[in-house]
Formats: sequence, structure tokens, C-alpha cells
Amino acid sequence: MLKSEDVKVLGSWSSPFVMRARIALNIKSVNYEYLEERLWEGKSELLLKSNPVHKKIPVLIHGDKPICESLVIVQYIDEVWSSGPSILPSDSHERATARFWAAYLDEKWFPTMKTIGLAQGEDARKAVIPQLEEGLVLLEEAFGKCSKGKPFFGGDQIGFQDIAFGCFLGWLRVTEKMNGAKLLSEDKTPALLEWAHRFCSDAAVKDVMPETDKLAEFSKMIMAKMRAAATPKS
Amino acid sequence: MDEVKLFGFWPSPFSRRVIWALKLKGVNYEYIEEDIPYNKSDLLLQYNPVHKKIPVLVHGGKPIAESLVILEYIDEVWPHNPLLPKDAYERSVARFWAKFIDEKTRTLWEFFQKSGEEQEKAIKNNFEILRTIEEYGLGDKKFFGGDRIGVADLVFGMVIHMLVPLEEVVGVKFIKADTFPRLHAWMKNFSEQPTIKDNVPDHSKVVDFLKTIDFWIGP
Repeated sequence: MLKSEDVKVLGSWSSPFVMRARIALNIKSVNYEYLEERLWEGKSELLLKSNPVHKKIPVLIHGDKPICESLVIVQYIDEVWSSGPSILPSDSHERATARFWAAYLDEKWFPTMKTIGLAQGEDARKAVIPQLEEGLVLLEEAFGKCSKGKPFFGGDQIGFQDIAFGCFLGWLRVTEKMNGAKLLSEDKTPALLEWAHRFCSDAAVKDVMPETDKLAEFSKMIMAKMRAAATPKS
Repeated sequence: MDEVKLFGFWPSPFSRRVIWALKLKGVNYEYIEEDIPYNKSDLLLQYNPVHKKIPVLVHGGKPIAESLVILEYIDEVWPHNPLLPKDAYERSVARFWAKFIDEKTRTLWEFFQKSGEEQEKAIKNNFEILRTIEEYGLGDKKFFGGDRIGVADLVFGMVIHMLVPLEEVVGVKFIKADTFPRLHAWMKNFSEQPTIKDNVPDHSKVVDFLKTIDFWIGP
């Protein structure tokens, strides 16, 4: 059994993807060293060496082995620390469903949310909101089917789908705040609204979920930089 | 015995990789050819309401969508002739490359759709992608999976049945013995594997298809 110093996570406090790795380690009660990458000061040598292909966080370093890509990391954690609570469901079809929704979030839903940052003007930003809401209605339906009346997608405990989706709640709240919108609502997504509270209060999550206000400030800074970069200089 | 059905589209790399997985494991299945994109069947829309796309695997009446998700499912339900290694770290490496190659091979199409300066940029981009895959992904291994074909090989397999015809239509060649020696050797090894060899769409049929399509069959 490797010592706790043998597990490191390279990350950034604002990244939902990094949160996934940390939540998974917390679920398994694994002690790890967290190394905050100061991305605006340049990427660390360790990051560049550990993830030469993408040069991105999160990276899990177990012993001397780097594991990259958040969902790959979560599955790795689930497989290595197999005596802890299971993260992926045991049924193959349920596993496929969990992976399906994680892919949907990463490839469709969250990229759509990110476009709000670059959208020029309030109208353009508001046009994205209904797309996000539609996605959430799909997830509300999925929650009904997957949870089967239990508190989480994973059942009694947080599972893969909870982690894959819940990590975006900080940014979801920032988007709501900054656009005066309600993405999760009583009338369209009542179950998810309650799930979100449970998820954020969970012991494995609460210390790694960033505060909405802090994220909002950070978001303003990032959006200003993105807009400056996107605006052609005359 | 639970029935297995696969909804696919013959030139699509996404359904092709699932066909290969099923064949490598000797799984009997019913194949349903979908008329993409203008005439999708009601069943397909019912089984994949979120994306309305192929491939969809239906096992015992339960649908699974998204090709990489399907590959993992197949490997779990029919574990013989495994597509993923046993070791957790090696599995993470295999998954990393399957995902990377899946993402990047989607942009490998762009040179076909573009022209002029944009096409040149797309071609240059392809060389960079392939360089990364060769150096970091394949390295000195015979297959991405090591000695045996694994998930990443099935995903990269699009180069033999899709990239080659795209290259022919455009008139450019990416993977040559001198440009990408290891990928070139990989193409030979992969395409000679009997199961793969017997389950590749006809090259000239794909070329004709590419010359006539008026829609984007990428993701």
C-alpha cells in the first residue's frame, strides 16, 4: 500500500474537472497532496512533464505514474482503491448510462455554457440560456431514471454521474448570477434542485466546491481577458 | 440469450469500430443499416433520443449510445479477447488514447471539407496530430494496445477505411513509410488482422460515397 505522499493532484481551485478527481479521492478516503497550478503564471515543470500531450489539469500522479483526463482519473481511482465505496455502478448497462451522460456534459452541455463567456452582448448570452435549460431537463429525466427514488444518480451515495455533473454546479450558479437566470428551477428541474443541495453538502464535496462569489469574480477576470483576446485590434 | 442489435451506417468510423469489437469477440448480432442523414428510422430516434445518431447498440432491448461508451460496455459484458488491459494504470493510458484519437480523428476530416489556405492549415494540423499520436501514443508498440488490438486501435482504425479514401479524393497522403514510419507499420499490421480485414468497407465504394455526399457525416 503506497503512502499518502505518493498521491498528488495537480489542479486549479476553479476547475470543475479537477474537482472530479478530488471528490473521487475523498470518497475513497485517500490522502493526497494537492498542488495548485498558478496557470496565469505559467505551467509548472511537473505539469508539462506529466501531461505533455495536453498540458492541462487535472493530473493525478500515483507514485511516479501520471494519469490525465478527469473521467479517466475518476475511473482509475475507482479501480485502484476498490475496497472503498464504489463510484461506478456495478451493472454494465447502468455504467454505460453514467458514461453516456458524462460524455454529454463534457461534449455538449458544458461547452455550450462556456460560449456565454465569449458571447458579445446580453442578447447573445441570453440565447444560450434556453439551450442549457433544455439540457438540464434531459438530466432531470435521467436523474429520475437513474436514482430510482434515491438521493443521488449513484443511489444512496455519490457516484460517477453525480461527480461528472455536480462539478459544474459552481459555474452553473455563476452563470445564473451573472445572467439573472434560473437554470435549475422549481418548475422545470425540481429534483435536480434538491440533488444539487445534497451534492454540495456532501462530505466528499463541500471542501472542494468553490464559493460562487469567488468564482464569479474569477469569471469576470477571465471573460475580460477572453474578450480582449477575441476582439480584433484596429 | 439476450439479443444484440447494432444500428449503424456503413461508411461511419463510429459504427465501424463497434462492428470490429463485436466481431473480435465473436458476438452474434443483427445489423441494421440506417439511411443517414435524411431518413433515420423511428427505432433509432427512439433508442437515441438525445443525439439521434448511430451507432446504437441494443442488448436485450436496452440501448447504449456513444461509440466509446459502447466499446467499454462490450468489453465488460463479453470479457474474452479483452480490448482493455487488466492493469488499472495501463487501462487509464488506453482510455486516454482512445479519447484523444477519437477527438482528433474528427478534425482529420477538415482538409476534405475545406479549400485554399484553410485546407493547407487543416493539412498541417493533421500532420501535427499524427505526429503526437505516433510519438506519444503508439511509440514502439505494435498496436496501441501492445501486442494485441485494443480500444485505441479500433478508434484509430478510421485511418484505414476513411482517411485513405479521403486522401485519394483530395490528392494528399499523410501516413507514409518516410513521414510516419510507425503509424505506417501499424496500418499494415492492423489491416492484416483477419477480423479487421474481413470487415472493412470497400475502398472504391467509400471513394464514390465521398465524391457524392452533400452532408457532413462526421460527428
